[in-house]
Amino acid sequence: MDALQTGMRSLPELLNLQQQLKKRREQQQNYLAVCGDTGCTAWGSQNIKGVFQKCLQQKGLDHITGLKFTGCLGLCESGPVVIVFPQGIFYQKVKESDIEEIVEQTLLQGKIVERLLYQDPLSGEKIIYAPEIPFYRKQERILLVNNWEIDPSSIEDYLALGGYSAFGSVLASMDSEYVIGEIKKSRLRGRGGAGFPTWQKWEECSEMAAAQKYIICNADEGDPGAFMDRSLLEGNPHSVLEGLIIGGFAVGATEGIIYVRAEYPTAVQKIRRALIQAHELGLLGENILGSGFSFNVSVSVGAGAFVCGETSALVASVEGRVGEPRQKPPHLAERGYNNCPTVINNVETLANIPSIISKGAEVYRRTGTEKSGGTKIFSLVGKVRNTGLVEVPLGVSLREIIFDIGGGIKGGKAFKAVQTGGPSGGCLPASMLDLPTDFDELKAAGSMMGSGGMIVLDEETCMVDLARYFLKFLNDESCGRCFTCREGLSRMLEMVEAITKGQSSMAEFALLKELAAVVKDSTMCGLGQTGANPVLSTIRYFAEEYRVHIEEGRCPAGVCRDLIQFQINTELCNGCGACRNKCPVEAIEGEAKAPHLIRAALCTKCGICLETCRYNAVIKL
Amino acid sequence: MINFMLNGLDVAVEKGTTLLDAASFYGIEIPTLCHDEGLSPYGACRLCLVEIGEPGRSRLVTSCTYPAEEGLLVRTHSQRVVNTRKVIIELYLATCPSSKVIQDLASRYHVTQVRFQQKHDNCILCGLCIRYCKEQMQGKAIGFVNRGVDRRITTPFDRKSEECRFCGGCMYICPACQARCQGPAEKSAVCNACLNLSPPCLDHFGETMCYLDPCVACEQGRQK
Repeated sequence: MDALQTGMRSLPELLNLQQQLKKRREQQQNYLAVCGDTGCTAWGSQNIKGVFQKCLQQKGLDHITGLKFTGCLGLCESGPVVIVFPQGIFYQKVKESDIEEIVEQTLLQGKIVERLLYQDPLSGEKIIYAPEIPFYRKQERILLVNNWEIDPSSIEDYLALGGYSAFGSVLASMDSEYVIGEIKKSRLRGRGGAGFPTWQKWEECSEMAAAQKYIICNADEGDPGAFMDRSLLEGNPHSVLEGLIIGGFAVGATEGIIYVRAEYPTAVQKIRRALIQAHELGLLGENILGSGFSFNVSVSVGAGAFVCGETSALVASVEGRVGEPRQKPPHLAERGYNNCPTVINNVETLANIPSIISKGAEVYRRTGTEKSGGTKIFSLVGKVRNTGLVEVPLGVSLREIIFDIGGGIKGGKAFKAVQTGGPSGGCLPASMLDLPTDFDELKAAGSMMGSGGMIVLDEETCMVDLARYFLKFLNDESCGRCFTCREGLSRMLEMVEAITKGQSSMAEFALLKELAAVVKDSTMCGLGQTGANPVLSTIRYFAEEYRVHIEEGRCPAGVCRDLIQFQINTELCNGCGACRNKCPVEAIEGEAKAPHLIRAALCTKCGICLETCRYNAVIKL
Repeated sequence: MINFMLNGLDVAVEKGTTLLDAASFYGIEIPTLCHDEGLSPYGACRLCLVEIGEPGRSRLVTSCTYPAEEGLLVRTHSQRVVNTRKVIIELYLATCPSSKVIQDLASRYHVTQVRFQQKHDNCILCGLCIRYCKEQMQGKAIGFVNRGVDRRITTPFDRKSEECRFCGGCMYICPACQARCQGPAEKSAVCNACLNLSPPCLDHFGETMCYLDPCVACEQGRQK
């Protein structure tokens, strides 16, 4: 294990170290994986870990049972999640008070704590082992699988599981052309949104004759409700780093940059630590492992703008300029960071690279579709039972993701639509549920893959209001440089807002459609070009809902405040006064034990009375 | 030399020529608001859009930034370009109707109505003044602040700038500052004064008027 202290200077040393760490790991199979990702941290997993530590010490178990604070384990809905290894017993919603019982029962006596097990909401059956839970059973976890077994702050864990062997074999026996050829065969397409073939990007850049080239990892994940890239960086930072180094080797770059948004402090901290570890071990720096290949990586922290995920804006931001896109061409492969050829890949794209190289492209592409290989991570959120990170082969239908893995809609409501691809994506209705999740199929249906956000909507969602929400987001995030995005999106927002207030007409609705098509066609960067998608896709599938808003002045989902009214059914109201006491604007009046009345002029339609009434006397019209 | 197809004509230009310059060299007018020969291209006004590529797989690009490529198919006045351009001009009219440059564009491209809510901004954020100040006067006295709908042009910290030499270049180059001419239809937000004259050029080419620049009809309109 000397290499851990002194660093490595040759390939055999890497193999040797991996072997030793693997052996050491085989001897230490007892450990607890406490999920330390955002969802579970919010549930309080930081304390859980602390209490476990204390408890293990008290019982004298701390030499026998390890404790790993891991990256995202997937089922964020049931956090904090704890998995007991080697058996793989899955405990959910663990509270501090449960810990002693887990240690006593499971660790010391080998019994299972029944009440902490996951219960299948459909069958009511209790499930002991994680892979048997329906949420995991239908997934194919290639990128996330190691999250269960890796402490993201430890490079040793990653090496013990075969980490950096892909990089080792690249250095040992491959050249740039071969690596790009493998990526081409794997049919890997960029996971950042547009789905551009990764090999093509790399080839363009590798063919550029330049003394200095750069490879940048785009970790500026800004879609509301999306956390795939963060979970990869926080859960398994070395896999991303290894992909980045291999990419650097393939395109002939000598420097890599990881651009992370400042809102991800944990990710920044973890990737920084990973860089130091890789440096110390000799996996980064000059003449890596005696191969003659030199590569350095730095971290660049973003300044918090959604548009900085756009590649030319990202480069501007890394250079220290205002994060604004510029008109392409010239493309980044020609003129990118510091005017040098630059290639930018998404976090998830890079995380795929090591497994393509080590398994071989032939094996890798068995997963996925004819045109795009591999798996895709989705962050499944919204009105779905099991929210969390889901990794499935490309081409799986939306229905399988939402109903089989996600467990269907919460609270027995009906499915209405699924919003894919982040704010610039689109909404797909129930009739499109059998659509395979594939870059081209989703685009043809008027949505997009985007970076993998998936927001499930139930019948209580108003599609016009949803379009308004995403337009508002994009309008706020537009850099304002080009006219059609700045003015076009703000005019579209005005028009959609008018619809939600019942102040629109069918003529204006036609104009909205016309403007949306123009904005899509004429804008400079991806933000504006896709900025019309929320409107265009909701109009495409839910035109009737728009019509009802405009012509009948009614919001069928009961969301748009200006189009709804609250009334009290005098037959059901017994005059308990609960609603009157809670109404924040004193819009409800009435004598005790006599039917109450809502004064429409004062009512702000907050809905508190509806939630308060135990007799269902308050009705929403 | 680079050979390509411009509106069905075989043309040749020097390497590095933008589509806008190539079109202008061959006598085809493409409207712009944020472009000036003496300044770096910016690509923000979106008026100079042209359609490139095979029909069915074509896309719109800004001609002021796109370099001519060997064998490229370029259409400067296709139906798609013209329709898009008209909506953009209408949007400009709805935003900044006091500008003569914008009103003239509206007349030339037959934009006769504003269906959007009328606003009266004084700036279209084309950035000409900023580039003029920086590139021609080496002044860098003004720049953009904020982003999106809050974006505006000002001096650092909104204070009188010591870098400013009062050359007046920013005002000279501004397309929005020039007050519109007071034509026959002055009451409405859309001037269309030029359209209300009978033009001597007579020819309409599809949706656009003649390619004469300056347009005689418009020049006459100004003299009256």
